[in-house]
Amino acid sequence: MPKEIAVDKQGRLAGRPAMSDTNMLLTITVLVFFVMYIAAVVFLGGGFSKPQSFLNILNNNASLIVLSCGMSIVMITGGIDISVGAVTGLVCMNCAVHLELQGGSIITALLLGLGIGLAFGIVQGFLVAHLGIQPFIVSLAGMFFAKGMTTIVSKEPVRVTGESFLAIKNIRVTVPGLGSNNKLGQYVPAYVEVGVLIALAVVVILFCVLRWTKLGRSFYAVGGNNQSANMLGINVRRTKFLAHVLCGLLAGLGGILYFLHVGSGDVANGAGDEMNAIASSIIGGTLLTGGVGNIVGTFFGVLSLNTIKRIVSTLGFDEAWWSNITVAAMICLFLIIQSIILMRKNKK
Amino acid sequence: MKEKRSDESFFRRLTRHQLFIPVAALLALVLFNLIADPSFFSISLKENSLGNPVLSGNIISVLDNASELVLLAIGMTLVTASSGGQDISVGATMAIAGSVILRLVCGGQVSADTMQAPLFLAVLAGIVVTMAFGAFNGALVAYFKIQPMVATLIMFTAGRSIAAWINNNQLPFINDVAFKYAGTFLPGIPVPTPVFITLFMILVFWLVLKFTNLGLYTQAVGINANSSRLNGLDPKKIKLLTYVILGACVAIAGFIRVSRSGSINYSRIAENIEMDAILAVALGGNSLGGGKFNVYGSILGAYVIQFLTTTLYKYNVPSTALPAYKAVVVILLVVLSAPVVREKLSRMKKSSAKAAKEVA
Repeated sequence: MPKEIAVDKQGRLAGRPAMSDTNMLLTITVLVFFVMYIAAVVFLGGGFSKPQSFLNILNNNASLIVLSCGMSIVMITGGIDISVGAVTGLVCMNCAVHLELQGGSIITALLLGLGIGLAFGIVQGFLVAHLGIQPFIVSLAGMFFAKGMTTIVSKEPVRVTGESFLAIKNIRVTVPGLGSNNKLGQYVPAYVEVGVLIALAVVVILFCVLRWTKLGRSFYAVGGNNQSANMLGINVRRTKFLAHVLCGLLAGLGGILYFLHVGSGDVANGAGDEMNAIASSIIGGTLLTGGVGNIVGTFFGVLSLNTIKRIVSTLGFDEAWWSNITVAAMICLFLIIQSIILMRKNKK
Repeated sequence: MKEKRSDESFFRRLTRHQLFIPVAALLALVLFNLIADPSFFSISLKENSLGNPVLSGNIISVLDNASELVLLAIGMTLVTASSGGQDISVGATMAIAGSVILRLVCGGQVSADTMQAPLFLAVLAGIVVTMAFGAFNGALVAYFKIQPMVATLIMFTAGRSIAAWINNNQLPFINDVAFKYAGTFLPGIPVPTPVFITLFMILVFWLVLKFTNLGLYTQAVGINANSSRLNGLDPKKIKLLTYVILGACVAIAGFIRVSRSGSINYSRIAENIEMDAILAVALGGNSLGGGKFNVYGSILGAYVIQFLTTTLYKYNVPSTALPAYKAVVVILLVVLSAPVVREKLSRMKKSSAKAAKEVA
């Protein structure tokens, strides 16, 4: 139990000013994102100055945004869920097989995807909250299980060719006022995919839930200090359970969005997305010790992470390894910033 | 009378023993294989492609293939005990160690028929490099107070990329028989060399734990860093030290892994091994929250995991589906060892015993 005590102390010290912690980290994240993006537009121009290139970051990462939101919630309660990437892959594969090989309808595929995510969330939440097993180990097993099941369902990539699915996949929502002239001088309106709208809706809903509902506030309370949350009359177990269920459900939804974006099931789908989600949450100012975090910050975390990836590849370091090294450096930087802020706070 | 009392609590004491889970799991696996197919345990003497007599059989392959895992489990136990968290970058740093060693022995070329640098120096360089990365991880954990899993997430993300970068993304290949001694067989000795390396490292750790205060200090720091500081220890240094030690273990594991084949695949080498290593520590009855530890439990845990892997392979479970089966085993183990479940089970036993008495 020594670890618990350490966490408790931090929570107590954070106490009332916990919100200012959140705000400070959020401000840093948002600032970093804007400075980075403006610098990219000024110095690299071209690919960055078009509105569409910004919207493409959203298009490519709608699923990651949803995954990161779930991750942030679990992290706010002081846990972690490293199974989300593998669940994304499993959902993609199942939806693809269901639509293409079993001739299922889109509605059932949707329910299937959400159901898988929900099942992972419920099992993991039960093990973490009610049996008191460490979340890392539980979700590690979940990740293993999802990875293995994906290959058991199908080893070969399954490409979906159903027309009704492709119709939904190719819906492009044009954003009024944003557009640019292409090389031929034609005006090309900027667009986002359906997934982005869903992801943005998730961000808004979760932001409201975390800020104004009893459940949302109890996530923070549980993450800040288990014992005092208990004394306040919050059902700690139930709250933790719900956080994991929510994260699982969002992983299912993230899987569906991923599937909608790539249109196929593949063993490699969603690989490493758990790390991207954790990285986005950390960059977005969520503390792994729990109790501090913000969904808007997480959203900007995803944007920052992918902006820096694009900057690095535009600079000519387009070998795959540079992207990983940059992400790592980014996590490192933000972790050190966080830790310095926390240490200074604890000294006062 | 006294004997009878101890007899009554024998079962409870047995299930409470730290090594109960790994030993029980091992026995269950052995029993399963004995019943399903006793030929699992057959060992035969064969001749390998170099004309050396070598032992082959599932048991030998378990002992051989578990080597890397055992080394990682030893280091991971210390890290877990001191910092209450796990290093998830071990697989990635194994790739770095392997990459450094291969670059040196190949002399920077894509392929080499003889070693271009003394093997000893190459391995030493690998050890130094991974110890440096261990120190980086340790510094983040100890001095910046970042949670171990998150701190090592950095190297987990970047490690394989750094390994590829060290060799300019080429896949060096060495065809020197002498390089492969460490990963395969020494001429004339029928037992795989990794088994000896592992035994040697276990011996080293046994001596270190016996004759130094490393074990005591690590536990003290893990149980309560503040009070150990008040008792004159430096918790930060000790945490850092455990990560550096893990770095050394990782380098030797990486060396064994690359010398098995003489080549490296950055994205696949030692894939998911960090998960197995953490599992080994948990299986060995160590708390993943730090504090008291038992290295021998972790070592046994590592062998149990390899035993499970080999058993699954024998029944033609494809390697890609392996994780699903392992996950089920992990969940069963952690559920059974969860304090809540244990309490309920013992209560059930008590109430059933009471009911039996009442009936009598």
